[in-house]
Amino acid sequence: MSDIPLPPAGLRPAAARRFHAPTDEAPAARLVLILLAVLGLGVLVLAPLATVFAEALSRGIGTALASLSDPQAWSAIRLTLLVAAIAVPLNAVFGVAAAWAITKFDFRGKAFLITLIDLPFSVSPVVAGLCIVLTFGANSLIGGWLVAHGFPIVFALPGIVLATMFVTFPFVARELIPVMIEQGRAEEEAALTLGASGWRVFRTVTLPNIRWALLYGVLLCNARAMGEFGAVAVVSGKIRGQTATVPISIEMLYNEYMTVAAFSMAALLAFLGLVTLLIKTALEIRHADQLTAQRRH
Amino acid sequence: MTGRTMRHPFVQQSPMPGFGLAMGITVTMLSVVVLVPIAALLLKGADFGLANIWATVNRERIWKALWLSFRLSFLAALFNLVFGVVLAWVLARYRFPGRRLLDAAVDLPFALPTAVAGIALTALYAPNGVFGSVLADAGIKVAYTQWGILVALIFVGLPFVARTVQPVIEEIDREVEEASATLGASRLYTLRHVVLPMLTPAALTGFALALARAVGEYGSVIFIAGNIPLVTEIAPLLIVIQLEEYNYNAAAAIGIAMLLISFAMLLAINLIQIWSRRRIGHV
Repeated sequence: MSDIPLPPAGLRPAAARRFHAPTDEAPAARLVLILLAVLGLGVLVLAPLATVFAEALSRGIGTALASLSDPQAWSAIRLTLLVAAIAVPLNAVFGVAAAWAITKFDFRGKAFLITLIDLPFSVSPVVAGLCIVLTFGANSLIGGWLVAHGFPIVFALPGIVLATMFVTFPFVARELIPVMIEQGRAEEEAALTLGASGWRVFRTVTLPNIRWALLYGVLLCNARAMGEFGAVAVVSGKIRGQTATVPISIEMLYNEYMTVAAFSMAALLAFLGLVTLLIKTALEIRHADQLTAQRRH
Repeated sequence: MTGRTMRHPFVQQSPMPGFGLAMGITVTMLSVVVLVPIAALLLKGADFGLANIWATVNRERIWKALWLSFRLSFLAALFNLVFGVVLAWVLARYRFPGRRLLDAAVDLPFALPTAVAGIALTALYAPNGVFGSVLADAGIKVAYTQWGILVALIFVGLPFVARTVQPVIEEIDREVEEASATLGASRLYTLRHVVLPMLTPAALTGFALALARAVGEYGSVIFIAGNIPLVTEIAPLLIVIQLEEYNYNAAAAIGIAMLLISFAMLLAINLIQIWSRRRIGHV
């Protein structure tokens, strides 16, 4: 190709200026598209994010921190951490078990099981909360019995945990299943042939292979668990200092026109979201080969 | 063949251990957390009776709310369909300073809790907010109107199309575009007739996901909506209102209506995926 003679030097500059590869868009079109993307994301996404911090700091950082150290704010933060500390590990156990059953065995109804696992993603959080209330509320069969035995679920911690688990249920399984399908069963089968026990195969062969995908799933699950509002709003009963999580407190403070306090709590969650995003991006850059290629949720 | 190696009626023989344990955990947790609660909702509906459900749902306030939720969700998903494809294209094809930052910013709506997004959007678009005051000068009111709901729904649905389409663009074989260019097609013609058809299934999947998410969305909408009955009341809010009045039957009736809409959308997503797999071989 290189021995095709170039046009005389005098003709080249003008032509070169107008040239762009036929499989690229014109530079002007490219610029317009990039500006559109930057402007669109700036207005739609970055502006709201900036607003959270601007409103929280509108009376100075002292006021913001003071509103966070309020005893009720503390109890909300503690409750949110406690709910996540119960719901996220349980969902991680579920995710690993479901992914193991689905990817290491062939059984009838597998596709149906996967659909059922995905179900919570297409149910409104409010409907999810409603389902929990109808199942475990004091008026229901199960709930009535539990309340009679001194173990209320709705308007108490277990209900908030269940509602949170419902909406975050598919996160870990969804992340693990494609990764484990891609990795196949050969390594585990080799380990079994060499006489390793089932538990040892899981711990020393499978777990190291899926650890980054597992971390990724847990990370997304945790971010959603700490920020869940709709489902928790329905089941929590919003008892101040008892069943008000951080997102519920944000709503209560905002409705009482305690704007700075509401946005200080919001900034706390937004900060958590940003940290999540940072770790998530780092995982995607460093361990892309061990994560699901398709990032859907 | 001995009896030992014959196929089990339910699960195929495998040397892999732990099927019972893994399946036991999966089915138990799935039942307690998801299936039994959804069954409870459906049972409540069966108990209440189809006629009563219809009588509950068939009221102007509920129809208006369902229609509002669906209509605005559709418009928001449509906006995100177009903007999402542009975003995915820019992020997958162009190299420019700040691309990584832009790429991470696409996920912000997933990372930001809905209540946080809700009050932030309200503050931004309220008549005294940064955007709201500018728009108010132009005579446009966003917060506490249907436009506000639309803005919130666009926010929560923004990543879906971009994130489903982006991997597909990255996998496109550039030779196809080269072939098209060699045959004399203009760039626009190639994009329209060669590239776009390859993106359509993924874009539609993203559209359906964004739509499903928007129809059920609650947290980011209720602050900016103003919640005026018949005007800016969304369907999930009606469930919350009924529950606050301890009207469980009515709440269940609206919940079932919404659940049916969700199932219809889930079915649509699956059909799109089957259709696209047949057409191109991957989603």
